[in-house]
Amino acid sequence: MSREYLIRKILLLIPAIFGISIVLFTILALAPGDPFEELATNPAVPPEVRQQLRAAFGLDDPVYLRYVRWLVAMLKGDWGFSFVSRVDVDKLILQRLPVTLIVIGAAQVVSIIIALPVGVLAATKPYSLFDSVANTLAFVGSSLPTFFTGLVLILVFSIWLDWLPMVYRADLESTGFRFIWDHIKQSIMPVMVLGLFQGGVLVRYVRSSVLDVIRLDYVTTARSKGIGERRVLINHVVRTALIPVVTLVMLQLPIVFGGAIVTEQIFRVPGIGSLLISAMLANDTPVVMSVTFVFACLVVICNFIADMLYAWLDPRIAYR
Amino acid sequence: MPGSTPASLTAEAPASGTPATATSPAVAGEPRKRRSVSPWLDAWRRFKRHKLAMASLFVLLFLIVAVAVGPWIWTVPINEIDFTAKLQGPSWKHPLGTDDLGQDILARMLYGGRISIAVGLAAMVVAIVVGVLVGAISGMASGRVDAVLMWLADLFLSLPQLPLLILIIYLFRDSLKNVFGLEAGTFLIVVVVIGGLRWMPAARLVRAQFLSLREKEFVEAARALGASKSRTVVRHIMPNALGPVIIAATIDVAAAIIAESTLSFLGLGFTSDTPTWGGLLRDAKDYMDFAPHWVLFPGSAIFLAVLAISFMGDGLRDAFDPRRVL
Repeated sequence: MSREYLIRKILLLIPAIFGISIVLFTILALAPGDPFEELATNPAVPPEVRQQLRAAFGLDDPVYLRYVRWLVAMLKGDWGFSFVSRVDVDKLILQRLPVTLIVIGAAQVVSIIIALPVGVLAATKPYSLFDSVANTLAFVGSSLPTFFTGLVLILVFSIWLDWLPMVYRADLESTGFRFIWDHIKQSIMPVMVLGLFQGGVLVRYVRSSVLDVIRLDYVTTARSKGIGERRVLINHVVRTALIPVVTLVMLQLPIVFGGAIVTEQIFRVPGIGSLLISAMLANDTPVVMSVTFVFACLVVICNFIADMLYAWLDPRIAYR
Repeated sequence: MPGSTPASLTAEAPASGTPATATSPAVAGEPRKRRSVSPWLDAWRRFKRHKLAMASLFVLLFLIVAVAVGPWIWTVPINEIDFTAKLQGPSWKHPLGTDDLGQDILARMLYGGRISIAVGLAAMVVAIVVGVLVGAISGMASGRVDAVLMWLADLFLSLPQLPLLILIIYLFRDSLKNVFGLEAGTFLIVVVVIGGLRWMPAARLVRAQFLSLREKEFVEAARALGASKSRTVVRHIMPNALGPVIIAATIDVAAAIIAESTLSFLGLGFTSDTPTWGGLLRDAKDYMDFAPHWVLFPGSAIFLAVLAISFMGDGLRDAFDPRRVL
């Protein structure tokens, strides 16, 4: 992969994030209501003071000026102030972001561990019993809404079997090895809900991708050279078949982020998804705006990584 | 049954095709218009071979009939509070049990199903109408218009759907409620926003179809016979591009039902006064240890509806793909 290609792709990130910021700001500007609405109904604040405040914050300026000011503030890292928790928004988000990323990352790993062997096996024996069972299960798994699987898992594993804790706790009292064990135990269900959903989608991708590759001439060549079926599969087929799957894993991420919001809400995982929902229910606009922006940026960055990986893995891609 | 000798059954075909395809209006209208129905009949024949899709069709018809007719048969009011009967499991008096206020869950589910399915269908119509329009314009115009529209579709595709959905509903909910009333306002915003964020796949499909179809000989023939551009599009290109659109529409209904349930589940859609399947789950999730039935019934309803629609989409994909040998 040439350096120019990399630089051009990085430069293309800028208009993408710019476009997202315009979309978000447009939504905000079109929305009725006004951040100083509370002051208007507060009798202790005279109207002149309110006017002065509006002027001081530039709320009466034309839209493009307000957009530029908002964008500059966002770029400088000045993301505003949470109305509810009285903390800077960027600090709040940085506090919550690692949890979300860990849960999503672990879910991706789980889904790959499930989908890779199942998908490859299903493709080596197409239309067999294993294939049709795997296919149907994958179909069911990928069309189930995450909130329902989450609730069913809680019902089975927390309430009926009492194996796993129902909610995620950030303030565990235990220490040492026990602390790690407790953390793993409480992370199993949120990770599984996302991982199973994602795994269902991936099985179908892996299967069709392997099916495409397994009939190619070079695979027959490898077989006729006397290489064992296992080695042909692992060294020749899967390596090629996984190239499009890598991209799909990344492009699937926006949906996984959506699922993460729901999962965090069900299991009360303190990530940015549950931050978004609680901020919304508490009318905390700066937090809501910033979290949405962070989600959008994450999606753009994942798309970028997908592009990079694809170009790196597949030498057939021309970098124009 | 039709299928063995399609030619001799042309007169009967629309009648036998209509009830089964009533869920997708495009299919229902089409056979009636033309006398020779063979492509649609052929699709229906292929669809019938897909056993899971046929079973799903019946499940879906059952759900639709249940929510459409159910509230007249099961006349228990959805908001009749009875504290003596709260959190009860299924019984003869309350077949699906009661919630924390002693309200009948069957009645609430039948009512909620109407809203959930209505939202799903309406949002699908929004998404497909916008998608087909954008795709058709993009596919016919090409050049700069095409580039801008596809750039827009790409931009929308790269936006995170759920956070954006949540943001828009958060910002606009209150003012729409004031204009249209609580229920209608919520319905409107949920439908428009879910549909408005899902037009991109349909647009790309239609564009791709248009790009290949408009170069085909039969379109050229129509042009040579003096057909206007709009006539070429409406009579010749569009009917041939309809198959993938119907499949996309089916999947959109399932996606919209999930989106609406997710919103209600997160407490951002309809309020508890208007029970939807997702809203019932939200109310139920704090009582899971005492009343698991309260979670399981609405959850299974969403599950069944979504799964049935997805399988139907799968069956339609087989049905509309003439290259596939069944």
